[in-house]
Formats: sequence, structure tokens, C-alpha cells
Amino acid sequence: MIEVKVPTLLRRHTGGEPVVRGEGTTLGELFTDLESRHPGLTSGLVSGDGGLPRHVNVYVNGEDARYLGAMATVVSDGDVVSVLPAVAGG
Amino acid sequence: MTEPRFTEDEVLRYARHIFLPGIGGEGQAKLGRAKVLVIGAGGLGSPAAMYLAAAGVGTLGLVDFDHVDLTNLQRQLLHDTNDVGRPKVDSARERLNDLNPNVEVLTHDVALTSANAMDILGGYDVVVDGTDNFPVRYLVNDATQLLGIPLVYGSIYQFEGQASVFLPGRDNPCYRCLFPEPPPPGTVPSCAEAGVFGVLPGIIGSIQAVEAIKLVTGAGEPLVGRLLLFDALAMDFTSVKLRWDPDCPVCGKSPTVTELIDYDAFCGVTP
Repeated sequence: MIEVKVPTLLRRHTGGEPVVRGEGTTLGELFTDLESRHPGLTSGLVSGDGGLPRHVNVYVNGEDARYLGAMATVVSDGDVVSVLPAVAGG
Repeated sequence: MTEPRFTEDEVLRYARHIFLPGIGGEGQAKLGRAKVLVIGAGGLGSPAAMYLAAAGVGTLGLVDFDHVDLTNLQRQLLHDTNDVGRPKVDSARERLNDLNPNVEVLTHDVALTSANAMDILGGYDVVVDGTDNFPVRYLVNDATQLLGIPLVYGSIYQFEGQASVFLPGRDNPCYRCLFPEPPPPGTVPSCAEAGVFGVLPGIIGSIQAVEAIKLVTGAGEPLVGRLLLFDALAMDFTSVKLRWDPDCPVCGKSPTVTELIDYDAFCGVTP
């Protein structure tokens, strides 16, 4: 299983859970799996053209997925995926 | 290297820095000559400005157009109960000068806009971003990139915070490299709508003060190319790599944003 850290902004889709787990061999597959387990969680993490949106960052083991292959980024058991939305509070 | 000159009062006031390896008399003298601008005298700006004043930053600028509200006092330590209703920059200046009368506090009681940002920011050595909305964050990023001024970024939401340093220059990322576009309007609630843990800006704003002081004194390694993430509930600090985007419209190889734009339109909000 792949561990996914869920930011506060998206925890309404995970029943408040800060960490959820999912499966897949690519980031895209993982998102599809997560969406089936937690409806709404990853629908906002896919842009209109099927890529990553430009206002949310996804990190795989601390590396920006945009530079790893975006939705085609290879993931495997033990990886940690973090989702980081832009926030503006001050 | 000339020995920096301090008054007797200053030697005592800054003794713990002057004797601190890594800051020392030289670093303290740099702080005294420094001009730092804190944008927003709110949650992040409060601890940032107070620590910078206490540290003896020579000129401390403050930008805020707002008035003190009772709902601010749960986290904005620049302001007192008696200050409710007063312009934030006025109560902030009093607090900062009570803390350290040696600091020249310059206040800008205006909303930062594309029309005034270059004038207000120009001349400062470091800018600290303590604003609370996307349009002004992109404005501050672009202005500091165009002016070549280091920007100490911090942002908070409920129990989570982020911080980084955007140092204009080769291969260093900026806010647009981190988030090329703002979220669709209405998808990220403000602190007023979503609530915010009172101590959270104290932590992130203090980290911003740390980075500003490091930039001024040259101590340590600035938080460049990394985004620090803090989660108060999990009590977890992590950092992720932040890369310079060669296609960045402001700091990339072929910039398309060469002057300030309409940031409300960019963020899809009606002013």
C-alpha cells in the first residue's frame, strides 16, 4: 500500500483522517483507487487535460511529481505521497 | 573589518546576539543597518515584526490597511484589547517602539496594489510576506522578483503552515514555481471562513523572522529551494524540495511577466 498524507483542506473526503492508503503502479492509478475509496478526494487533483493541476502540488517521497512524470509517476509499496494545496492565510 | 560601534544601551540590549557565534557584533551591526518590510500586521506579521524589532533591525516597514478587530486578538499579538478599532499600523508601531525604541518603524496604511507596490517595496533589503489572500501573494512575489529583493514566504490554514525563502537569482524558485496558478476562486476558504489555530501564525511568523535575520546577517543556510511544512495537530515538521521552473512566467528563462499585472483578474476574484 502507498501512504497518502491528506491536507486539512481535503480531509472532509476522508472522514477527517490525515493519512489514507491506496494502491496503484502510477500516480494516476493511485488517484483512481483513492477516489473509489474516498469519493471526492482526488477529483480536484486532476486538471482538465488529465494532468496535475497547477494550484496543488503532489510530492512522492518529498519530490514534486510534476518533475517525476506527473500522473505517469511510478509508485510502489512503501512510497509516501503528500498533497499540498495552496493556502493563503496570514 | 572595522569594529562595529554600539552605544552602551545597545551593547546590553543586544548582548545575547553580540556574543552569539554566527551573529556577533558584525551581524548585529548588519541588523542595525537593515531595512525589512513586513507586509500584513496580522497573524504572521505580529511575531515576525516583534522579533525583528527586538533583534534591532534598523528600519522596519509595515504595510496594512486594516483596523484592529476583536477577532484578531486570539493570534495577532501586535495589538491589544484597547486597540480595537484603531488602524493596525498605528497599534503595531506603538508596540514595536515600546519593544525597541531604536527601531525606525515606517508605516504604510494602504492596501498594496500593482500601482504602489514597486514604490513601497523598493529600497527594502528583505520583504516578509504576512498577507492573507492570493492576489496580494502573487503581487508581492512578482514585485520582489522584479526588484530583486529576497522574499520570506509564510502561509497558514487552520492547523497547517508553510514557509520558504524566494531568493531572486539563478536557479532559485519563486512562489509561482511553487504554485504556478492560484486555486479556483472559492475553493480555499479564508481564516475568517475556516478558522485558524491561534498559535499557528506564531510559529510560522517566527520562522519567517528567523529567515529574515539569517538573510540580513548571512548566518546559516537560508530556506531556499525547500518548502517547510508544519502540522500542529501531528506536531510534525517536514520539508519538500522546491525547484526553479525554467518556464516560470516571472523568474524563468523567458519571462512573460515583466511588470505588475492585475492580480484580482489573475486570481479570478472581484475586488
